[in-house]
Amino acid sequence: MPPLLEVSELRTHFTSFGGTRVVKAVDDVSFTLDEGETLGLIGESGCGKTTTCLSIVSLLPPAARIAGGRIMFAGEDLTKKTQREMRHIRGRSIAMILQDPMASLNPLFSIYMQVGEPAYYHQNIRGRSLRQRVQDLLRSVRIPSPTMRMRDYPHQMSGGMRQRIVGAIALAGGPKLIIADEPTTNLDVTIQAQYLDLLKDLQEDTGVAIIFVTHNLGIVAKMCDKMAVMYAGKIVEQASVRNLFDAPKHPYTKALLSSLPKLGSKAPLYAIPGQPPNLARLPTGCAFHPRCRDAIPLCTEHEPQETRFGPEWTAHCWCAAQAMQEAYDRASA
Amino acid sequence: MGQFMIRRTVYALITLFILSLTIFTVVRLTGDPVTLMAEPGAKDADLALVRAEWGLDRSLPMQYAAFLKNILTGELGQSFNYEMPVSTLYFQRLPNSLELALAATLISFVIGIPAGIVSAVRVNSPWDHVGKTIALLGLSIPGFWLGLVMILVFSVWLEWLPTSGQGDWRNLIMPAIALGWYFAASLLRLTRSSMLEVLRSEYIKLAHLKGLPSFTVIAIHAFKNALIPVLTLAGVNLVVMINAAVIIEVIFAWPGIGRLLYEGIFQRDFPLVQGVVMEAGIMIVLINLIVDILYAYIDPRIRLAR
Amino acid sequence: MSITTLRTSARDIPAIGGPLSWMRTGRGWPVLPLAILIPFVFIATFANLIAPYDPTEPIPGAKIFEPPFWAQGGSFHTLLGTDYQSRDVLSRLIFGARVSLIVGVMGTIVAGGLGTALGMLAGYIGGWVDQVIMRVTDAWLALPAIVFAIFLATMVGPSMWNIVIILGAVYWTRYARVIRGEVLSLRERDFVKLAEIAGASRTRIIIRHILPNVMNSTMVLASLTIGVVIIAEASLSFLGVGVPPPQPAWGSMLADGRSMLMVGDWWLTIFPGLGILLVVLATQLLGDWLRIRLDPQQRNL
Repeated sequence: MPPLLEVSELRTHFTSFGGTRVVKAVDDVSFTLDEGETLGLIGESGCGKTTTCLSIVSLLPPAARIAGGRIMFAGEDLTKKTQREMRHIRGRSIAMILQDPMASLNPLFSIYMQVGEPAYYHQNIRGRSLRQRVQDLLRSVRIPSPTMRMRDYPHQMSGGMRQRIVGAIALAGGPKLIIADEPTTNLDVTIQAQYLDLLKDLQEDTGVAIIFVTHNLGIVAKMCDKMAVMYAGKIVEQASVRNLFDAPKHPYTKALLSSLPKLGSKAPLYAIPGQPPNLARLPTGCAFHPRCRDAIPLCTEHEPQETRFGPEWTAHCWCAAQAMQEAYDRASA
Repeated sequence: MGQFMIRRTVYALITLFILSLTIFTVVRLTGDPVTLMAEPGAKDADLALVRAEWGLDRSLPMQYAAFLKNILTGELGQSFNYEMPVSTLYFQRLPNSLELALAATLISFVIGIPAGIVSAVRVNSPWDHVGKTIALLGLSIPGFWLGLVMILVFSVWLEWLPTSGQGDWRNLIMPAIALGWYFAASLLRLTRSSMLEVLRSEYIKLAHLKGLPSFTVIAIHAFKNALIPVLTLAGVNLVVMINAAVIIEVIFAWPGIGRLLYEGIFQRDFPLVQGVVMEAGIMIVLINLIVDILYAYIDPRIRLAR
Repeated sequence: MSITTLRTSARDIPAIGGPLSWMRTGRGWPVLPLAILIPFVFIATFANLIAPYDPTEPIPGAKIFEPPFWAQGGSFHTLLGTDYQSRDVLSRLIFGARVSLIVGVMGTIVAGGLGTALGMLAGYIGGWVDQVIMRVTDAWLALPAIVFAIFLATMVGPSMWNIVIILGAVYWTRYARVIRGEVLSLRERDFVKLAEIAGASRTRIIIRHILPNVMNSTMVLASLTIGVVIIAEASLSFLGVGVPPPQPAWGSMLADGRSMLMVGDWWLTIFPGLGILLVVLATQLLGDWLRIRLDPQQRNL
């Protein structure tokens, strides 16, 4: 069976100053996602995570456009769809949860209207059954007394509740894929944990696939089946969460993992030196080499090729590739 | 909420008090209004009589107390020329001014809001340039000159519309355009910027993510939010138009409040000028107070924030 | 502060310029506004050298209401025709430019100076000084500017310099409110705190540290005010409470021409109005350019 979502060699470019400058916000990104699976997309801010997601739902800002690649979703190429066709996919088959629950809800519309809208437009549900549907949705995201609360307005709800409302909106169309773009960054830690549990339960109930965009590795460890690490518009390493946490191959993944506090460990936390790169002026060769502990001369000259470490485990790094080669040579000698 | 209303009301009262003090002081600062007003060669005895009649021979605090009393009783003093309370004259003219102001508001809505929306939705497109040009010309072309040019073109040359006076819609259309012109431009600017702000918001992004038709997103989700500041401005504009349409009413011989003020100036009817200005101030302070309180009711975020 | 008056800061009034690129060519310089304003200032300054006739005296031998030279009955002696006293319209326009320039610039300077000074005092000193200044600002802003100006002009009596003072008195409130708001946030900034710790006097802090930081806003507001002041002066002169006759002003020229509009003597109405339109348009464009220069955030609007 083909995967639910297959992004291959996606390139999304921003053009500015009348086309004189091109910023490759997403550069040759490929990944796949099966039904019911969860992918963690992680990286520092500005590395292209959000642009990747917006490319999938085809809601890029005017300056950006998809310059190449394919996005196969349920057997169809989304890059070939018109906006009109995409509208029937957004909110129905693919939903997205945005970062800021406070700002994601329209302050002047009731919860009922905002949650009911996708069902109203996509499934033509009206009247009593729409009310029933909204109540069910609110119940499923554990809003207490939904009949009462659906008449409320966003400002009458707490931050955690609002984010659950946003979750209900995402579920409203019965999607196959939910893209969650840092959905918990603006929540308290306890509420964050509750919300993540909720998402996990909902996923078990509905079998929806989730792309979890975050820079929080703790969330990835808790939520995801596999993860993709992005740096400067590229996926530098992807594999199952277990593999990556056990034996990361790319120095950037290693650095990210060693900047994660470990329970009981007294070792000082590692901070990655330097700044995330400016996408408009990338260094030559491997974009990470100026900040890399293991950089070799080759890294400054040539972009690393993909090296395969397992069935679903790839990384773009010269050092890792060399180590792999050596190990292979030693084994075959 | 109650506290908010009380505080706003107190501020409004302070504003009105300062306004009355300002008007009182300005009239007294500039010397003796009676000499300014009198016919050349009037006898001193006559002047003294007029002074006594207006209470100008009393001490300043007494005079101010009398002025305040006039405001509080709602009379706003006696017009010298009409020999009637200023407030009576003001409210006689109010329906005419209201008619003109409502027509001008309609014009400013018809031009300003659609153009502002299109400008924002199609930002930097040729449509946007048209919108911006209207906004620019609205602030650069004086409304009264536009009125004169319209008279020249439509009344004198084309003979389509009557030059002045009050009557049916044909009398109303030119003064309404001349008056509404400036306000159309300011509504356009505000609609455009308010719409741009809303269109950039996360909830509009979410509305698109729900797969709603773009028209629904703009016409329902964005417009309702962008409309709040626009309607606020329009409400305040209406009251300003009622009271400040002096030149337009003069040009089109429209018997409104602005023309009343002009008559006061020309006949050197100081109590009338002073009273109309005070009445205009009272109207505007009141409408601001009402709008603030309504606003707090409509937008629950404000209600809770205070 | 009231909600309805919130939108009075310079930033809140959206610039419309930005991509009005067809009006601005050549390395981002405001070509069109300068192409209007430089000749305007030149003409206003050297009015007595340029104007062919005395603007206040009838031309001997000329008829009244002569049309411009290209129309039937016009003559090359009076290029833009004559008015009801057979005075030269062109000369009156040229001298009228001087009135508009003086009142526009000086009125803006008075309003800006007064408003900036009081706004800084209110914002920096706070307490009852702030209360008094801001309550007066609220009260004076409540009156429509033109009604307030007409009232003051009626009471003070007409003269060009009175109009300058009056328009300064009417328009300073806008500056005061915006500048006060800016000072309130500046007051909390480190460089002001440091100066206070170092023992600088209030006067010194206001002049050395606050003033330079609010100048941008004052300039932007001034660019917006100048056109408004020019139109206000024309309105007052039109109503006969502005610049008194026989001194020529564009507003009073429009008033003079009004009675002849009915018989189609268009030149008395069109030319002074075009003068106002061009000058105000140019100041608006210049203001937008300035605003975008001084406030990069506006660039995207």
